[in-house]
Amino acid sequence: MSVLVDQNTRVVVQGITGGEGRFHTEQMLAYGTNVVAGAVPGKGGKQVAGVPVYDTVSGAVREEDADASVVFVPPAFAADALFEALDADVDVVVAITEGIPAQDTSRVYRMLEETDTHLVGPNCPGVITPGEAKLGILPGNIFESGSVGLVSRSGTLTYQIVDNLTSRGLGQSTAIGIGGDPIIGTDFTDALGLFEDDPATDAVVLCGEIGGEDEEAAAAYIDEHLETPVAGFVAGRTAPPGKRMGHAGAIVSGSGTGTAQSKIDALESAGVPVGDTPEEVVDHVADLLD
Amino acid sequence: MKLHEYQAKEVFAEAGIPTPAATLARTVDEAVTAAEELGYPVAIKAQVQVGGRGKAGGIELAADANEARAVADRVLGMELKGYRVDRVLVEDAVDFVNELYVGVTMDRGVGRPVAMVSTRGGVNIEEVATEEPDAIAREHVDPAFGMFDYQARKVVHEAGIDRAVAGDVASVLTTLYELWTERDGADAEINPLMVTDDNEVVAADAVFNVDDDALFRQPDLAEMEEETAGDELEAKAHEYGFDYVHLAGNVGIIGNGAGLVMTTLDLVDYYGGQPANFLDIGGGARAQRVANALEMVFADENADAVVFNIFGGITRGDEVATGINEALDQFDEIPKPVVVRLAGTKAREGMEILDTDRVRVEETLEAAVQAAVAAAEEVDG
Repeated sequence: MSVLVDQNTRVVVQGITGGEGRFHTEQMLAYGTNVVAGAVPGKGGKQVAGVPVYDTVSGAVREEDADASVVFVPPAFAADALFEALDADVDVVVAITEGIPAQDTSRVYRMLEETDTHLVGPNCPGVITPGEAKLGILPGNIFESGSVGLVSRSGTLTYQIVDNLTSRGLGQSTAIGIGGDPIIGTDFTDALGLFEDDPATDAVVLCGEIGGEDEEAAAAYIDEHLETPVAGFVAGRTAPPGKRMGHAGAIVSGSGTGTAQSKIDALESAGVPVGDTPEEVVDHVADLLD
Repeated sequence: MKLHEYQAKEVFAEAGIPTPAATLARTVDEAVTAAEELGYPVAIKAQVQVGGRGKAGGIELAADANEARAVADRVLGMELKGYRVDRVLVEDAVDFVNELYVGVTMDRGVGRPVAMVSTRGGVNIEEVATEEPDAIAREHVDPAFGMFDYQARKVVHEAGIDRAVAGDVASVLTTLYELWTERDGADAEINPLMVTDDNEVVAADAVFNVDDDALFRQPDLAEMEEETAGDELEAKAHEYGFDYVHLAGNVGIIGNGAGLVMTTLDLVDYYGGQPANFLDIGGGARAQRVANALEMVFADENADAVVFNIFGGITRGDEVATGINEALDQFDEIPKPVVVRLAGTKAREGMEILDTDRVRVEETLEAAVQAAVAAAEEVDG
């Protein structure tokens, strides 16, 4: 078991003919992901890495039974690609694209509310169920199948913590990179709900960062709804107010909201041990699993 | 990207929002001429992109030509929160009876735009928001439909705006919202929106921040972006295409991925050092980018040592190491101790390739940060 994606997930790649799309399609196939189609307007009938390309997402769904999409479409056209994926009614959409205008994402988010689709991202590394499937750009070889769920707003920080987990023999059920933008589809609370319902997940690592209040919301949710133990990490303790730390969403506002400390406090008061270092997070996970 | 007040006012005025008569001046003489033409009193306002200009002495009234000359002379060329004032807006001083607040921004938690109105204009609205959240009326807008007229009327009513001006304030808000959507605003604010004794409303200040990610489709706004006379290293980073924030500490930091770089900063602090910067070199680590990043931290006088932390991921560690070695070749000498740590795909192979005569190699993030902190302390004496 796992969440969101597994060996049966049938993936359509939007933007498969672009450089990123092509490269990561090859990587996903090499990992064993069931990539069944590509979708690019005007490129129907071609093949990329042996995968048939369709003009539309609905064509890929109709002809190849695709039930998940990974989006590598450039920012100016990404919102349209996401609307198309939502309209085609796939179960999961993973939006890798970084730099989508916030007002576009807001409209996508609005449409998402009308559907049952899980949107992951945008500006995210993707989702992986080790040994089964990866949708996105995560480096598959650092993951190991196991029982720790992981949800994170960051890419390389996720890899760092996964690397620490794997080298301690703690494999992962599914890892979800929810993305570094201010507006995202699946948030911490959604991901925690999925892990809670997954019998293969025995503990969860929640990896947050400065900006917004999603970690605080997650803490409240954990307190009320979660049986599964959670360990946490929050990046950006030393970030100065008003400076955007790389991610569009990673900013401590002038009025003091979104600080690492408020998130750490919220998580700790919900009983979540928060590590000072990535290695310490792994210590906490090991304790939780004992 | 932030517009200057005078730029934002041009955009607002074009859309039909009333703004005071004003002229931009770059010299004292220009400022006095502008004031004479407008008639007194005038407000002379420093055009720098920082908040709290008034309190910092960047905005002052002048009642006659002598005062105008004295104020312009003092304000032009002054340092305001680290920015040099090279132009002022000379503006018809509005005789007001009330100061309101009107704003539009994206509520990230809700994922929707929000319109805000308050009778508490003219002060720091973030303080009002923190201390008296109820003093600001808010109305979320469904982005599929845009703001309905009734929503503008409703939020103005709920803010307790006087009936005599409510219609005009609602109309300003509607225009501001449309402007915000059409021009890809991140934040659009009028603070204060002044009410005169004959119940006219005038935008006495204007804030318009454009979503950086949308600049590609706002070419005329993008053109207004200029090299601000701010931090030199931050300007350099912009040129190189790095996500960079200059801090004041003693350990320079280079890494890939925002979250991991932030974590590296936090670890520097945790192990007793102070981060000198945030520098995300992005995916991969080709030699030229690595060299540019090293050049930046080497140029930072405060940084006494450097920690270089790359998680290989899809980019293999051996390729990253080759890039680092090639980058090091571009320097005659390595002026500061550099500690490198590679992780992920082929990290071990990469660490073997690295030239340890020129850089120190550590296996874990924690060890690399500790080594860099210790090296910086040694330099500090």
